Amino acid sequence: MCVCVCVCVQSGPASLPAEDISTNSNGPKQDSLFDDDPEDLFAEATEEVSLDSPERDVLLSDGPSPAITPITPPCSLITPHIDMFTHCSFDETSMSLFRSQDFSVKRRFSDFLGLHSKLASKYLHIGYIVPPAPEKSIVGMTKVKVGKEDQSSNEFVEKRRSALERYLMRTVKHPTLLKDPDVLQFLESSELPRAVSTQALSSAGILRMVNKAAEAVNKMTIKMNESDAWFEEKQQHFDNLDLQLRKLHASVESLVCHRRELSVNTALFAKSAAMLGNSEDHTALSRALSQLAEVEEKIDQLHQDQANADFYCFSELLGDYVRLITAVKGVFDHRMKTWQKWQDGQILLQKKREAEAKLQFNNKPEKLQQAKDEMRELEGKVQQGERDFELISKTIRKEVSRFEKERVKDFKTIIIKYLESLVQTQQKQKVKNIIIIIFSISY
Amino acid sequence: LYKLMEEGPLCTFQMRSVSVDLNHDASLLIDIPDALCERDKVKFTVHTKTTLSSFQKPDFSVPRQHEDFIWLHDTLVETEDYAGLIIPPVPPKPDFESPREKMHKLGEGEATMTKEEYTKMKQELEAEYLAVFKKTVQVHEVFLQRLSSHPILSKDRNFQIFLEYDQDLTVRRKNAKEMFGGFFKNMVKSADEVLISGIKEVDDFFEQEKTFLLDYYSKIKDSTAKAEKMTRSHKNIADDYIHISATLNTLSADDSTANKKHCGGYYMSSFVFLQKVEGRVASDQELKLTELLRYYMRDIQAAKDLLYRRARALVDYENSNKALDKARLKSRDIPQAEEHQKQCLQKFDKLSESGKKELTSFKGRRVVAFRKNLIEMAELEIKHAKVSSPIQPRDFYTLIHVYNM
Repeated sequence: MCVCVCVCVQSGPASLPAEDISTNSNGPKQDSLFDDDPEDLFAEATEEVSLDSPERDVLLSDGPSPAITPITPPCSLITPHIDMFTHCSFDETSMSLFRSQDFSVKRRFSDFLGLHSKLASKYLHIGYIVPPAPEKSIVGMTKVKVGKEDQSSNEFVEKRRSALERYLMRTVKHPTLLKDPDVLQFLESSELPRAVSTQALSSAGILRMVNKAAEAVNKMTIKMNESDAWFEEKQQHFDNLDLQLRKLHASVESLVCHRRELSVNTALFAKSAAMLGNSEDHTALSRALSQLAEVEEKIDQLHQDQANADFYCFSELLGDYVRLITAVKGVFDHRMKTWQKWQDGQILLQKKREAEAKLQFNNKPEKLQQAKDEMRELEGKVQQGERDFELISKTIRKEVSRFEKERVKDFKTIIIKYLESLVQTQQKQKVKNIIIIIFSISY
Repeated sequence: LYKLMEEGPLCTFQMRSVSVDLNHDASLLIDIPDALCERDKVKFTVHTKTTLSSFQKPDFSVPRQHEDFIWLHDTLVETEDYAGLIIPPVPPKPDFESPREKMHKLGEGEATMTKEEYTKMKQELEAEYLAVFKKTVQVHEVFLQRLSSHPILSKDRNFQIFLEYDQDLTVRRKNAKEMFGGFFKNMVKSADEVLISGIKEVDDFFEQEKTFLLDYYSKIKDSTAKAEKMTRSHKNIADDYIHISATLNTLSADDSTANKKHCGGYYMSSFVFLQKVEGRVASDQELKLTELLRYYMRDIQAAKDLLYRRARALVDYENSNKALDKARLKSRDIPQAEEHQKQCLQKFDKLSESGKKELTSFKGRRVVAFRKNLIEMAELEIKHAKVSSPIQPRDFYTLIHVYNM
């Protein structure tokens, strides 16, 4: 494979891993456009783990007894190592599930994807909203490319780190997922089996893509008799939410873009004003213009910082939620599929009954016995199908209410934080403007 | 949508965007109290108050179009007698292209927006349109006022006609075009840089001025362009806030949670406020900074034109010397050649003398204007800073407290 080096990240052994860029198991269809992104291939390559960072010793837990321990979800902190993508989780928890209170492990980006695919295969089809992992190729990358190359690669690393941290936090906040052995292994064990799982991922990933397409076709033909108004309402609600969030995300991305432009234009103007000041032969005016240029330069820095806040605080989170909503809708789809399976079972059972009746009529005892056996088996299956359906419906209800609560809380936090940052920027800008006043009056 | 564009409002304008130092001699006062926009054309009402006997009435108004201003400027430029003066730059053509294009796009995208969003965007565009309108009136007014403050130009016959003639000037304009051809001006423009920098300068003053003006012009042109881009970015951000606030509003309306609803309204109004601030920053910056740079860029071009004319006169003089030498050699037509040479020298001297005066006073004017504009810009910033933002930190804590209850 040929690698086009856009991301300027130095790394030691840049051997490309055997695993290719497989598809994501989540997220909107834009993924497929970027699956062949060579940039990301390279990023993958830089994730070779160096084994020099020490690992904390696993302490034998002297925490409180299991029965009484209140479950506080662990907080993960992910910090990338300078050249490499090393993830350290510091988990502080009083949960007895973990062997120690504070520990860290190294993980690669593909490990996260592997974790997600495992969880998805285990939980999605029974109605749990599994948080989607960050996308392999980052759409915003091109928009981030303003300025020097190392700057953009730093931003890339930071963006990815932040995305992975959010992903992990969401996963461990889920009470069921937290108890999953794969999650525990991910958080705790020093080495995770690498090549195998992700290689399997690639073929499974392709399979999944095919399935998704088939699903889309199926959905059009499944006409579920929705007896439950709650589900109907929620479906509508999530459809609307999806629409609005995408729109909001697009607007915020546009905002980020424009603010970055503003920063660039302000910097250019500052330089131009400085040159104008140099050219000016009236000394006082020249000085004033130079000072104007300086102030504008500082303001440019402000704009840049604000743009970053826009991006990380607001835009990325919205992107997460757009993907989350897709996951939610996927869960609803699974419910429909479960229902379909149940219905199909019932139809088949009906057919078998008719067949049995016919056999009885025609008096064919051997075939009759066989038919009866088959029917009994089928009845069991149908009952199971009904149970499955009820279970998934119940699970979804619980999941959705938890999800919505989280979402509202999240949004509130995001927006407050964002507005606070805007206010701060405005305050700083006011100070700058007062400086302009002082110099202009003085000349 | 296009209604506003077609029948513009009548406005009176108090604040001038660019401070131009003018001699407010009460003997001739000119202003443009109102203007009408019809389709693409703007009709200015030029109002004159005068104590001079050269005018028929002491107080009168005439309607004028942009093309009339161009005609007036061109006749002044072509007048030999004024070759040694800096002719105030012609006001630029009223350009409603930008808001018009945006209106069009807005109309196309109407379906994708909520009613509120659409209304707000439309309001923004109407404000932009109004700003363009105001600017164009001001810049035309300033042009006339600079003429009226100039001791020589104010007495120009064509200027008087422009102010007074109560019929349509179209006929006169056509005649003028035929007389001067129009292409003379274009020829001038393309040649001036080369000519100005090419001649050997004997006079220190002009040598310095030439170097300074050529350099300064390119710098200020660059600064103007960059300032315009900066302003544009501010406006884009303001527009983004409109969209964001509208979507947040929809989101909170859809949400059944009571808390979120309340929250959403607050957030929306915060973003609306931000949008207003951002928009205001953009327009103030435009007025004070960008317009200033733009105006003086044109003014410096006018000064350069003066240098050019003087350079041409010098070339003519040098050529006439050569012609005289040739005539002396051939012993033919000597008196004509001598006469021609004398005239050229006279013209050149006259240009140099008046040019020096003009350029010196121009420099003073420019410095004063810059200072005044920068101060006014800063004063506007102070005014904004004083406006208390609804997003005070204490509001946040109140909000959080309410939700935690």
